[in-house]
Amino acid sequence: MTSFFHIRRLALWAITALVMIALPLLLTQSFAISMLSQMGIAVIFALSYNMLLGQTGMLSFGHAVYFGLGAFFSAHALNMIGAGNLGLPVTFLPLVGGVAGLAFGVVFGYVTTKHSGTPFAMISLGIAEMVAACSLMFPSFFGGEGGISTDRVVGEAVMGITYGQGRQVYYLIAGWCFVCMIAMFALTQTPLGRMANAVRDNAERARFVGYNPTRVRYTMLILSSFFAGIAGGLAVINYELVTAESLGVVASGNVLLMSFIGGVGHFFGPIIGAVLVTYLQSALSNYTLAWLLYFGLFFLVMILFAPGGIASLLAMHKPAWDVGQLRRLVPSYIAAGAASLVILAGLITLIEMIYQVETKKEQSGTVMNLFGLTFDAANAGPWIGSLATMAVGAALLWGASRLVRASWQQVTIAINAKRGA
Amino acid sequence: MPAALELRDVRKSFGKTAIINGVNLAIEKGERHAVIGPNGAGKSTLFNLISGRFPVTSGTISLNDREITGLPPQDISRRGLARSFQITNIFPKLSVFENIRCAVLWATGHRYSFWQRVGGLRDVTERCDELVQQINLGKRRDTPAGVLSYAEQRALEIGVTIAGGADVILLDEPTAGMSNTETADAVALIRSVTVGKTLVMVEHDMSVVFGLADRISVLVYGQVIATGTPQEIRGNKAVQEAYLGTEQH
Repeated sequence: MTSFFHIRRLALWAITALVMIALPLLLTQSFAISMLSQMGIAVIFALSYNMLLGQTGMLSFGHAVYFGLGAFFSAHALNMIGAGNLGLPVTFLPLVGGVAGLAFGVVFGYVTTKHSGTPFAMISLGIAEMVAACSLMFPSFFGGEGGISTDRVVGEAVMGITYGQGRQVYYLIAGWCFVCMIAMFALTQTPLGRMANAVRDNAERARFVGYNPTRVRYTMLILSSFFAGIAGGLAVINYELVTAESLGVVASGNVLLMSFIGGVGHFFGPIIGAVLVTYLQSALSNYTLAWLLYFGLFFLVMILFAPGGIASLLAMHKPAWDVGQLRRLVPSYIAAGAASLVILAGLITLIEMIYQVETKKEQSGTVMNLFGLTFDAANAGPWIGSLATMAVGAALLWGASRLVRASWQQVTIAINAKRGA
Repeated sequence: MPAALELRDVRKSFGKTAIINGVNLAIEKGERHAVIGPNGAGKSTLFNLISGRFPVTSGTISLNDREITGLPPQDISRRGLARSFQITNIFPKLSVFENIRCAVLWATGHRYSFWQRVGGLRDVTERCDELVQQINLGKRRDTPAGVLSYAEQRALEIGVTIAGGADVILLDEPTAGMSNTETADAVALIRSVTVGKTLVMVEHDMSVVFGLADRISVLVYGQVIATGTPQEIRGNKAVQEAYLGTEQH
């Protein structure tokens, strides 16, 4: 049994590695490569965040502090390498970020992890605000509004690698990402990792079997800050710039959203969340000014209908997959998906018309193109049309949801029958 | 006989309300001791004081002749005193095996380590599997504790309590809410897992108390009004008036 799981797990890691290697060969445009690089950084950051939220039950509003401080230290280190004052290959620069993150984890974590629950969340927010305020008070280190810029093409080229090309940077990030993913997964399988779960579930009981929950939280926070700092160091190499924004509360909120959307209850949840949110942020913002609104609506829908995130949606289907009944769900899912698309089309039309009238009227008037149609947002027709589309979509979704429920019932019966047998 | 656990003039007040009014109690090594008393007498509070859940207002508590007054629960646990809870207090999302493992990991010295794979710790896995068998949850080994039946959760509660190998065990109403057969199973389990250990238990079921205990202490309004063998307690006038009498109505 155990060896079977080991083989399956190894296969999963091997596939992950292959995908990470193959992606830039398939998506060769430079914006795609830069997006993949961002995803790699986000994956490390989100996984490090989930060491706190998902594994130890600590809701932090200030995790970007460790990412950002790691980034600033890496930026200065990179500038020192450039000036010939530091003999460190750029490949290992993220370690500077990691060590800086870890050091601040030791300092700030000592204060924050004295408490759990709401007090922890509040103190983490306080520290985030404090560090953000400091970043404007010490312009020599944080570079003021402009931040610290740097140049990653420094030092001797090792085997022709200079990190001048986006693809080389991607592979550097992917390599670190892979190593960090394995390290963070391995951590969940250690005594500390298991006790983090125990402290999350019932900190008091952990005391009565000999563990100090504060020490468990503190150690987890220090380790998690290390990985956040590595992500910060990689961000410096990727952007060649770090500003105070990277350690602010918005960045902290962002990593929380990523982890939550992906699902904090499963190790791989934040990976999905980081990839998806990074994609939405860079792809959606190319298409529409209203992308933050769409993103907010998406988050809202996730919280309302899938509070466990995408990972829990996937996990929900595993029993059906195991008994080979997944295909029974497909027709009803297609119906529900189609109905949702109808609602979405109406909603997008409505939102885009509002944006056209409110923000783009002066520049380009009220005539607009959407879904291959040209119409005038000054007329009542498109407004009525979009609302009607949403209403029709809602009715269809209501019908489709009954189909989904009916097919789930069948699948559940099949699962129970298999279990009973 | 040296005392495994000794309480000297222990008092506890919550605000102005005194719950424990000067308890003196010496539990001998290896004895099975039951604490009985009417509802609200302070039995659970007494356990909370001994195990470090609440600080005492005054008085001293010592474990194997070393004072433990004022220590946090984890330190008391590390010195060899483990307790169970009246309201089941386990790790609901962890499996039965993992619940047990939490206690075993500390006791086997693996503590906060993050450089070893927990699945590779043979001694831990073997010990946990033994314990899972001992509390008769072998078939439920990989089931999350939160979905076990009530009696199974109570058995796991005892399992987590004894898993660390403590030599003084405090059980708070281990058979509360159980049917007769479940109670019989629980008593057999308690007997088997406390062999060679010191047991202190709070219990309402008199058949359990008189069947298991070597000695009994009766707690009324935060004071021990009598301590003695089951025979002595049965014949004690003050006890009959204060406690046993009311049960016979």
